[in-house]
Amino acid sequence: MAERRGGKGSGKNAAKAAKHEAKASDKGAAGTREAAPAARLAVRKTYKLYLGGAFPRSESGRSYPVTSAGGEHLANASLASRKDARDAVSAARKAFGGWSSRTAYNRGQILYRIAEVMEGRRDQFAAGLGRATGAGPDEADRLVSAAIDRWVYYAGWTDKVAQVLGGANPVSGPYHNTSTPEPTGVVAVLAPQNAPLLGLTSVLAPVIATGNTAVVVASERAPLPAVDLAEVLATSDVPGGVVNVLTGRVPELGPHLASHADVDALDLTGAGDAATEFEQAAAETLTRVVRPGPDADAGEDAWLDPDPGTARMTPFLETKTVWHPIGM
Amino acid sequence: MIFEYAPAPESRSVVTLRESYDLFVDGEFTPAESGEYLTSLNPADETELARVAVAGAADIDRAVAAARRAQEKVWGPMPGAERGKYLFRIARIVQERSRELAVLESMDNGKPIKETRDVDLPLVAAHFFYHAGWADKLAHAGLGPDPRPLGVAAQVIPWNFPLLMLAWKIAPALATGNTVVLKPAETTPLTALAFAEICQEADLPPGVVNILPGAGETGRTLVEHPGVDKVAFTGSTGVGRQIARSVAGTSKRLTLELGGKGANIVYEDAALDEAVEGVVSGIFFNQGHVCCAGSRLLVQESVAEELLPRLKERIAKLRVGDPLDKNTDIGAINSAAQLERIREITDSGEAEGVRRWSPDCELPEKGYWFAPTVLTGVSQAHRVAREEIFGPVLSVLTFRTPQEAVDKANNTPYGLSAGVWTEKGSRMLWTAERLRAGVVWSNTFNKFDPASPFGGYKESGYGREGGRHGLEAYLG
Amino acid sequence: MPVPQTASAPEATTSRELRAFLHGLPGVDEVGARARAQDLATRSVKTTAKAQAIDLAISMVDLTTLEGADTPGKVRALCAKAALPDPADRTVPKVGAVCVYPDMVATAVEALEGTGIGVASVATAFPAGRAPMEVKLADTRRAVADGASEIDMVIDRGAFLSGDYLKVYEEITAVKEACGDAHLKVILETGELVTYDNVRRASHLAIRAGADFIKTSTGKVSPAATPPVVLVMLEAVRDHRAETGRKVGVKPAGGIRTTKDAIRNLVMVNETAGPDWLTPDLFRIGASSLLNDLLMQRTRLSTGTYPGPDHYTLD
Repeated sequence: MAERRGGKGSGKNAAKAAKHEAKASDKGAAGTREAAPAARLAVRKTYKLYLGGAFPRSESGRSYPVTSAGGEHLANASLASRKDARDAVSAARKAFGGWSSRTAYNRGQILYRIAEVMEGRRDQFAAGLGRATGAGPDEADRLVSAAIDRWVYYAGWTDKVAQVLGGANPVSGPYHNTSTPEPTGVVAVLAPQNAPLLGLTSVLAPVIATGNTAVVVASERAPLPAVDLAEVLATSDVPGGVVNVLTGRVPELGPHLASHADVDALDLTGAGDAATEFEQAAAETLTRVVRPGPDADAGEDAWLDPDPGTARMTPFLETKTVWHPIGM
Repeated sequence: MIFEYAPAPESRSVVTLRESYDLFVDGEFTPAESGEYLTSLNPADETELARVAVAGAADIDRAVAAARRAQEKVWGPMPGAERGKYLFRIARIVQERSRELAVLESMDNGKPIKETRDVDLPLVAAHFFYHAGWADKLAHAGLGPDPRPLGVAAQVIPWNFPLLMLAWKIAPALATGNTVVLKPAETTPLTALAFAEICQEADLPPGVVNILPGAGETGRTLVEHPGVDKVAFTGSTGVGRQIARSVAGTSKRLTLELGGKGANIVYEDAALDEAVEGVVSGIFFNQGHVCCAGSRLLVQESVAEELLPRLKERIAKLRVGDPLDKNTDIGAINSAAQLERIREITDSGEAEGVRRWSPDCELPEKGYWFAPTVLTGVSQAHRVAREEIFGPVLSVLTFRTPQEAVDKANNTPYGLSAGVWTEKGSRMLWTAERLRAGVVWSNTFNKFDPASPFGGYKESGYGREGGRHGLEAYLG
Repeated sequence: MPVPQTASAPEATTSRELRAFLHGLPGVDEVGARARAQDLATRSVKTTAKAQAIDLAISMVDLTTLEGADTPGKVRALCAKAALPDPADRTVPKVGAVCVYPDMVATAVEALEGTGIGVASVATAFPAGRAPMEVKLADTRRAVADGASEIDMVIDRGAFLSGDYLKVYEEITAVKEACGDAHLKVILETGELVTYDNVRRASHLAIRAGADFIKTSTGKVSPAATPPVVLVMLEAVRDHRAETGRKVGVKPAGGIRTTKDAIRNLVMVNETAGPDWLTPDLFRIGASSLLNDLLMQRTRLSTGTYPGPDHYTLD
């Protein structure tokens, strides 16, 4: 994969991409070489990082070209650096106190709002997903629906999970004793490589539904849906820093996130061959680790189960047990 | 007048020690192929209690294979109700032999008989009773309709609560259909071997429980063994890191219960007499050899001058000495190495300008002893406020506002326990909600129950032991 | 030891000041107080320590009869027992005092003449205390005039529970004045105060009003002298001494029937108020049947055999 420093996106590939972008909503994923009939020059989108609620370029000034499933250039994505990862962790830490102390009801409202805003942009997501994965229009549409529904699903979980996972413990003595799940903290998510929207949503939504904040490393090959999603998050009342999206290379960003002492948990779904190395690095600060599942490298279809349950929430929850005497 | 309590020693005659102990593998006591032995000492007088075989790699292979056979052929397929009955049976035998086990534990560990008798042993029996009832109800544990055992569990436990930590490990593993290979701590293997006898007495099928004494090397070989499916460790954060690294990339499930530097927050409106009791039991219970000890007292400045004299007056009444004397409050430090560590870090506090106080108390000449100690003038930056001392040493810090209390309490890489003392309910809940710790004791401290999940945040480890939550660690 | 939260009540006490003082005392956590008392109950007091404790306990007994059926004959018998608890063993110490109703004071004083044992009289319309103030004072004065050296008054629990602390305070100061040279024990009747917070407040209220002793109970209400109640009262006298230097006594009464109970109380005294309180001047046990159990255990300890109850006098 090529890499640019301070690239402006000019050149032949970029021009093709611009044409592609202009036609995308009409023709879906397939690129076209026909000349655009309209005289108007399309306004291209710049894909940047999403850090602390803002959309900066990589501090390194680097970017990398992103191609469609068919190999056509789509855009240049920011190539996040170690320092961007560090900034993302700082932003996530800063946002954690506020996000985790919101009421579960309020978090549910905000997650539902994400679904609402996505619904309004479903064509954009379908087109982007088509370009990224080669999915046809119907399939892309179906996957976008599933992704939107995934936000609705977890919106409903926010104020249930404590009741399902927590409760009163009947201890042998005059004590009130309850266990409550609490968010672990800052979660670094290496998103699935081959499931850039539904897979991404499926790993991200449970993390923030439970009150954690996230640093997401988007699919390296297909990062653009993640940036589109970041734009939805930015306009859905999700406080800045709750989700931070990095685009770039897992081998470059992963080691820093895995060993970062202020990262409390690590989802290795998109780690690929480096999963063991990252798990070893995470051991240094006892970072909680979710190993890649059997479908980690599968495509979006592997993430279609409409009821994934609590399995992706529990790894990012701590159980706090509080004792208090009962007396007059 | 002076009211001296005459010596009230618990009789040792209930304990019959063998000169040497073998490994417990596949239902039998068998010599170690390693041919190595360690010697377990009584830390209160440095006498040798027994020689204990050390498990080597070949012994571990044999034990893991026995556990695998037992899991696949007997224990896994057995109906849960029957598994549960074995656990009930074990619980009953523990109760029947509790005085013997309490005395043996005090001799091997150095902790006072008052604690082994009134805390450790009742909790051991309670743990088996509690988990026995789960064995045929796992489908109702909220972990899916048909949760499955993981297989063979490798369990490594510490020396501070030898038999209780064994119960915390073995009871849930067995209830969920797993079999175990357990390594007791190097300095306290004897009650685990007594437990092996109990397994025989209960007719537990061979291979379901295997006990392999040894030191660090035995533990490392065991947890790294490719034949184990689950690793459960309680001990230091340093070793916990090594284990987490060693299981990386495998399919082994891991739970870690590691160190702590618990804060005990006393607000100005606390019930002071009970707070003093809680602070004392928070740090001096079990000689402070408690991962969840309240080793940092955070007292609100407005009440510090009132609390500290009361605290010192109370500490001066603690009775340090013979662990088998029923009136002993503080027993012996478990080992020479631990005593050295406590001394080193406490001395470092003095070198850093911390004020050190201990009551007048006469310590026995033989054995490993450390007087209860209070360090004042401590700030967050001092080593004694950051590192786990694992001994009877309390660091006292002050705060001005609730937010400052919470900030200081959380300002540690650990997150196992915390205490809150206030008579104001809303402030208690506000504080408890913000403490990043797995167990929060408010207006009490160091309470344990098999139904109550225990475990840490952050570098105090992961996973929970006890309660419904603890089952998750042993089910797939 | 500085104890700002138990700062002195003002000299000229007003209702508001008294209330602020009592409500400013630290709370008592019930479960914690029970746990501490329970922990102290596990102390094992054997052999020489036990022998010492038994004799001390005997010397602290306020040998009591407070029955509607009391007669001069019954009171004289009790006094004889107080002076010579075990006719078979002259080394047994004499008890702390004899405690009777006011109309029996003269009888008791006469019976105890020359023994050095004082007579304590309950007063102030014991046990309910529901009588006009002038009646309570007359009750007290008469008992003192008849020779009582100690007066065990009851507080007005109704006034206390309704928050009228000043009324309770003023009654105590008035009775104290009526006592003259007699020592005043103030009975809190903790079984009716119910909470340990109330026990602590009532203890400090009585101490501030001039009590020489604070006493748990009349013996007519259950529960009476439970270990946590005694613990909280011992904490109160400990704190008052730390603050003012004055030592106030404590008297559990009601429910202490066995040597084990008595020794547990002494352990609590030793480890709470401190060894200074291990004297009949500062700790008494109000009891009737306890004395015989102490005597039996004393014999058991010295002879190694268990004696039967018929070896001890009934009174």
